Amino acid sequence: MLPSAALSAVATSSTTGGSRSLLSVSSLAVQDVSAILRLATLLEGEEPVARALRLARRRVALLFYESSTRTRTSFELAAKGLGADTALISSQSSSIEKGESLKDTGITLRALGAECIILRHLSSGAPYLLARATGLPVLNAGDGMHEHPSQALLDLRTMLSALNRPEDTAGETLLAGITVCIVGDILHSRVARSNALLLPRLGARVVLSGPPALLPDLAQELGPGLTIERDFDRALKQSQIVMMLRIQKERLTGVHIDLDEYTARYQLHRERLRTSGPQAIVMHPGPMIRGLEITSDVADGPQSVIEQQVRNGVAIRMALIHRALEPAVQPGPGRKSAPVRGAKRSPAKKRGDV
Amino acid sequence: MSSILIRGGRVVDPSAGIDAARDLLLKDGRVAAMESPGKLAAAAKQAGAEIVEAGGLVVAPGLVDIHVHLREPGQGYKETIASGTAAAAAGGFTTVCAMPNTIPVNDSVETTRWMQGAERNASARVFPIAAATRGSMGEALTEYGSLKAAGAVAVSDDGKPILGEAIMHQALAAAARAGLPVIQHAEDTRMTGGCSMNAGALAFRLGLRGMPVAAEAGLVERDLRLLAELKGGRAHLHVAHLSTAAALDAVRRARRNGLHVTCEVAPHHFVLTENAVGEYDTNAKMNPPLRAESDRKAMLEGLLDGSIDCIATDHAPHAAHEKEQEFERAPNGITGLESALGLTLDLLHRKHKVSLSRLITLLSTQPANLLNLKGRGSLMVGAFADVVLFDPAAEWTFRVADTKSKSTNSPFDGWTMRGKVRVTISEGRVVFRGE
Repeated sequence: MLPSAALSAVATSSTTGGSRSLLSVSSLAVQDVSAILRLATLLEGEEPVARALRLARRRVALLFYESSTRTRTSFELAAKGLGADTALISSQSSSIEKGESLKDTGITLRALGAECIILRHLSSGAPYLLARATGLPVLNAGDGMHEHPSQALLDLRTMLSALNRPEDTAGETLLAGITVCIVGDILHSRVARSNALLLPRLGARVVLSGPPALLPDLAQELGPGLTIERDFDRALKQSQIVMMLRIQKERLTGVHIDLDEYTARYQLHRERLRTSGPQAIVMHPGPMIRGLEITSDVADGPQSVIEQQVRNGVAIRMALIHRALEPAVQPGPGRKSAPVRGAKRSPAKKRGDV
Repeated sequence: MSSILIRGGRVVDPSAGIDAARDLLLKDGRVAAMESPGKLAAAAKQAGAEIVEAGGLVVAPGLVDIHVHLREPGQGYKETIASGTAAAAAGGFTTVCAMPNTIPVNDSVETTRWMQGAERNASARVFPIAAATRGSMGEALTEYGSLKAAGAVAVSDDGKPILGEAIMHQALAAAARAGLPVIQHAEDTRMTGGCSMNAGALAFRLGLRGMPVAAEAGLVERDLRLLAELKGGRAHLHVAHLSTAAALDAVRRARRNGLHVTCEVAPHHFVLTENAVGEYDTNAKMNPPLRAESDRKAMLEGLLDGSIDCIATDHAPHAAHEKEQEFERAPNGITGLESALGLTLDLLHRKHKVSLSRLITLLSTQPANLLNLKGRGSLMVGAFADVVLFDPAAEWTFRVADTKSKSTNSPFDGWTMRGKVRVTISEGRVVFRGE
């Protein structure tokens, strides 16, 4: 069940900034997506001591120009889980504060032996610059309002698990027949862009919902398979999955939002979920502002898979780091048996009621 | 002063209505004679003229670029007047008009004179465009009369558009009295804060804030309204680097209503679209930004139907370390002097069958007339001996590694160009000789 030939397809398809980088979900072929999902499951199922031999003492740099809890921690745990050494550089407490450029920071990290850089940056497109400047594989851990590709992949893994769907079907039909509704501040959301670009290619319909100030009409032109439905209840009724987004106050420039009106129309609360989405799986990439886009009873309720999203972050990011450093996957050095797909995934208590 | 006989070439001089085989005698920095082939042999011999063979070449009035940034004083690491005009000469330009966004801003007689000083070692004639307001702060007008006397040919706060209605009104009126045009970079900056490319689906996709078409068109319309209020007062508005169909339409309407408005377009705005941004290529970042295909086509259309008066490069050199930054942080602008003729010949002449005479009109005669540069943009006897000789058919590859500019920020690196400059002569002096 572990055809390493199939897995090595991950490496052979060319992506922007080097075939081992991941800067945008658009650079992933559908078979790459499937291969990453399988690799995530393989690595997650491995015995930890054996897994830690895979990238033993290899060097991974985490370069964070923006604050982060989930993404940074899960990338770091993922790298360490594979045995790699990690170095964390954040814009505070580094020479970035003294005005060192992104290019020079990248070259410095490369000189220190970094073989892969994981970059979170406030400026859209910064990972492209870093990849060009260093020639190293770069993993985009969120750039401005552009993309957050590893988030879209972990969201995909969460969806498949919550829907009880196999991850090894042909990529184009992974999400056939599924409608995903993404709600709220689409304009400023890199998570929304990555999901809206990725999910339709796997067979899903994506419905975007939000007020025009946060969801301009041209969002629909992102790609095929997208529709806009400004009435949240109508959007929710069509959807098996609903993904809520935070209003990114730090990126609101000149956009004024009446929060009372916004919550009235777009908050996901128990009543709305019961009426319009009694079966819907509830997702949120975090951080959540409880009481604004989502209420606590929904976030902590039985339909929520928000914690699973976080948990899946580690497995997906192990796969991405592995792919960046070791494109040809060998059967694990200490693999005891073929892992059973989903063996260590999603505890049942949090499984959506579907 | 020495003499030069240019013989055997095809003279294309729209100012004289000539497109024919002619020899040209240059003497003492001026055009001394233009005659049928062979007829100037005796006069040339008598004058001891150097012979420049122009067989197979087009001989045209030196090109005139009314929109360049030479970065001096203040930013010599990007460009100097010497390096910028060397690039101009290599591109066939013998006249360049330098924008005032230097450090300090050129809002004074001293800076205006300094830029024209012989110590600058210019390879082309430099005409300063002075700031329209002190420090380009948009508050108080500069001294238009004395700036003109010092050599300024227009006033502009390029890059810092004049938003205040009252001050723009004053500027247009005062410039009219001084006999200068006001050049406006039409961008309502209240609508473009934090923006780094054209607004639209691509900007949305790339997660970049976009400059709407309305930011350009809106300010052009505002300025045209002010111009209409001053009608009869000889006020002349020139719209810099037009980039949108909507703004061009506004200019066309105003012209039909008899207003004195002119406009220019940069080669990148009729050659490229926003798609050139690709994977955040900062050499495709400029202001106004590259626009949609419909706007690019409108710019071409405007050049073909005559509603655009001239081509200007907006040559804007920046150091490599400045462009090698995050897209949103990188400065706006690209170099343009050495690629303008090649791009224009290829697209307008070869692909769209625009005559060479019309092309020279757009690149030389009309821009010279527009800023009232007497004796430029023409090869008539008595005009300055500003001449470009180019091979309109020669194919070559533009390489930023070979540029005369101090900067290499061009999206056209590696492009195949049609039409190669062979010789550039500025006021009777050979300033460039290509292979």
